[in-house]
Amino acid sequence: MGRDMLQSIGHLPMVWMAFAVLAATGCLAFVAGRSAAMGFTAAGTGPLNSQPNYHGYYTAMCAVVPAAIILLGYGLFGGGIARGLLTGELPSGFADFSPIQLEQYLDRVRDASQLDAAAYSGAQLFSAVTERYLTLSGGVKLSALLAALLAAAGGFAYARSRLAGSFRARAQVERGVEIMLFLCAAIAIATTLGIVASLFFESLRFFAQIPVLGFLFGTEWNAQTNADFGAVPLFFGTFIISLIAMCVAAPIGLYAAIYLSEYAGPGVRAWVKPVLEVLAGIPTVVYGFFAILVVAPFVREGALWLNALPFIPDEFLAASSTNALAAGLVMGVMIIPFVSSLSDDVINAVPQSLRDGAYAMGATKSETVKQVIMPAALPGVIAALLLAVSRAIGETMIVVMAAGLRPQITADPTAEITTITVQIVSLLTGDSEFDSPKTLSAFALGFVLFLMTLVFNLIALRVVQKYREKYD
Amino acid sequence: MTDQTAPTRATRPSSFNDEAAKKRLRKRNAAERRFKFYGMAAIGVALAFLVLFVFSIGSQALTAFSHHKIKFDLPLTAETVAPEGVGDTAAIAENVSGFYQLVRENLAERFPEAAADGRERELNDLVTRLAVLPMARATAENPGRIGETFAYSAALSDDLDLYLKGAVAPETRFKSGPVTDVMRTLQNGEKRIVLRGDGAFDRIVSEQAALRSGEGGTILLQSETSIARLIDSSPDGVSVELLTGDLAGFDGPRADVRVIPLAEDARNVTDRQIAWTLALKEDGRLSRGINWALLSNADSTFPEIAGVLAAIVGSLFTMLITAMIAIPIGISAAIYLEEYAPKNRVTDLIEVNINNLAAVPSIVFGLLGAAVFLNFLALPRSAPLVGGLVLGLLTLPTVIIASRAALRSVPPSIRSAALGVGASKTQTVLHHVLPLAAPGIMTGAIIGMARALGETAPLLLIGMVAFVAEVPSGPTDEATALPVLIFKWSTGAERAWEPNTAAAIVVLLTFMVLMNALAVFVRRRFERRW
Repeated sequence: MGRDMLQSIGHLPMVWMAFAVLAATGCLAFVAGRSAAMGFTAAGTGPLNSQPNYHGYYTAMCAVVPAAIILLGYGLFGGGIARGLLTGELPSGFADFSPIQLEQYLDRVRDASQLDAAAYSGAQLFSAVTERYLTLSGGVKLSALLAALLAAAGGFAYARSRLAGSFRARAQVERGVEIMLFLCAAIAIATTLGIVASLFFESLRFFAQIPVLGFLFGTEWNAQTNADFGAVPLFFGTFIISLIAMCVAAPIGLYAAIYLSEYAGPGVRAWVKPVLEVLAGIPTVVYGFFAILVVAPFVREGALWLNALPFIPDEFLAASSTNALAAGLVMGVMIIPFVSSLSDDVINAVPQSLRDGAYAMGATKSETVKQVIMPAALPGVIAALLLAVSRAIGETMIVVMAAGLRPQITADPTAEITTITVQIVSLLTGDSEFDSPKTLSAFALGFVLFLMTLVFNLIALRVVQKYREKYD
Repeated sequence: MTDQTAPTRATRPSSFNDEAAKKRLRKRNAAERRFKFYGMAAIGVALAFLVLFVFSIGSQALTAFSHHKIKFDLPLTAETVAPEGVGDTAAIAENVSGFYQLVRENLAERFPEAAADGRERELNDLVTRLAVLPMARATAENPGRIGETFAYSAALSDDLDLYLKGAVAPETRFKSGPVTDVMRTLQNGEKRIVLRGDGAFDRIVSEQAALRSGEGGTILLQSETSIARLIDSSPDGVSVELLTGDLAGFDGPRADVRVIPLAEDARNVTDRQIAWTLALKEDGRLSRGINWALLSNADSTFPEIAGVLAAIVGSLFTMLITAMIAIPIGISAAIYLEEYAPKNRVTDLIEVNINNLAAVPSIVFGLLGAAVFLNFLALPRSAPLVGGLVLGLLTLPTVIIASRAALRSVPPSIRSAALGVGASKTQTVLHHVLPLAAPGIMTGAIIGMARALGETAPLLLIGMVAFVAEVPSGPTDEATALPVLIFKWSTGAERAWEPNTAAAIVVLLTFMVLMNALAVFVRRRFERRW
């Protein structure tokens, strides 16, 4: 009987159960706390320090928070616990399974256990294991719910014991609110820590198998076959494509910013600025499709035409159907708005008095821009360009779709080329096992990528901040 | 001082009117005009790109939003449709082969020559097997229809659909002169059909010569439902091979001639398939309509019946989780940093950290998701839950930055007033500052969500690229998202995926435009300027 009950609990959707438990305990604790406070006024022990509602909030807070922590813990580790218990009980035949086979088997068990009993009536052993898993996970769920209820009761008892007419409930509740707000702000830090830790530790595991120097300076990359892990071709590809992109974005973005801030009337500005911002809002996967639909064939045709010219040797250009030039050009267009809107801000921050001074000396507008405004705005413009470079290095979808997969070091922009981000995607899509160097190398590449963009971002943000303060 | 400047003034020409000065001025003015032109050119290039972008995606998408369907009147015989018995509706719904057999029989009956030539497969390829699935499901829902005739329109195969839309080759069409004579002859030991007509085939002769000197191709002659392929032509007669229909059809009227300048081997549709399709069109059984399947179907391996519905639902679940993470946490964090945080090193660190986090490449968040959520916490792969968590963390800095700006724009007098009448810090913030900042916060949050909707790379790393043919029913089901579907379709080998991808892009951009419009509306309608 107990087993059946556990199994039916195993079927219950835990999220709703958790919400129900939290909401119910919260409401009950609130009502109890509030009526206790009303009791104090009725007993005539003098005026309450805080309104009865705050007593209610306080008891509810004390009851819900510990329960929520326990349920959150279940949410994070509950599945793993049930799995671990099941693995311990599996018959000895499973000892032959490799860890991955075992994982896949357990995944199947877990998926089957979500269905109705009739649906997994397959092999006898499988359904027995599934039933056992259901019982175990039901047990874990039940104990988590009971522990949460107990914790809520404990919290409530503690809160109730502190309630009194003179109890400063509001101050306590507000302290709680502040702590909660702080925790939310700390999540941003936790995210960074999570990124650094996950990249760092997976990279460590990678470098335990592959030497660091071989990774950083090797020129052969064949990660799919777990053979060579020399990442120089990827760094090179990333560099070339970012270079092409910046050759497009830097002049266009800068000139657009100068025109908009120095020449354009308010009407033109009001129209052109949002339209340029649209370029930043288009998803990168759409840019990638545009690159393979329009730009890459165009580049290929151009390269074939050049190859056909009499004074150029045959096959001088690779004219590949996915090529660095197409990816770089489209990426350049994508980052135009980053350059233009940031530079626009910096140029506008240059005080009007500098312009007036230059005009008074008889300088034309372009002379003012070139000789007065740009030198004054230079640090900010450089910061904008750095942010754009960091964007280009980390950009993924355009290069995945348009740049290709072949790691090679070549100066030919019409050749297929690959980048750090392309390799990360191609190594981690599909079924990935977390202990082969192939998968781990993606994290090492990610770590390099993260460090590179971090340096660019930190310098750029520093410069922007300093610069803003100077003229504000 | 005066001693020194006096001689300089004497040696230097002081006139602004002499030739050299005018030349300098002209040069400077030319430089000024050039500079201004560069600026306009830069903006022009960016805008031209946008126009080209809209035009190329839009024209591709337009092709995909309509498609061709073949009408069938199929007798639902119980033994074909429900071999397991009429009561077993589950078996009927899955009995694709049975329903497809009806379609095959219908086509074979209309074009008996296919069976005679051993070309049944070529004929069957007019309609994809899985295209009958909606009919099977409709029949299962209403088993009373078994025994009746079912009027059903099945999607035409994607390659033929593209051919009819003119996307396979630039076809030329014209009419021949009147055919006066149809006769069968024996030429070089082969049976040939020869059409004769006085000067009727002059253009055909020149077109065929052009095809032969080029890369090859086919010339089809059509007279109502009879279609023949040109073999050889001379000014007084052409010899043809009959593909479908009967010869008598050619006697008398002018034939419609189609020149397809692409050899049969170089395209995915055979001459016979084209002939059958044209004959069906002549029968009035082929119609072009809006491709609702694109919106109402889930993904499929066949472009003509693939749709974006499952991806939209997947994106919706993902966005729900993202919103549940990013918006409340982001607003809380912004309130803390803007209203509570003491100015110290910890808050400085948080601040730098948030600004930096906003600029971390999105793919790095994907790595975080793969390492922490999938590997460490063993959450399900390919699930919107994990996708939403990752995108939530990704959007968080955007929401925090926007919310802080909105909170900062609320004037300090509001806070002073609230504190002055005895409100606590928390009451001041929650009852007075936050409601006033809400429009700005909502605008920032919506724009952040719109950006998250278009994110692709992190979702690839947590396995949301899996092929999902079912609409997900919850955030832990296997699912894919709209931008990932676009990526997947864009890598499809068949030509028909191209317009489909463009159409999916239009759907995605529509959602994003709607969200941005909502943000603009909220800002215009509710935001207060102080």
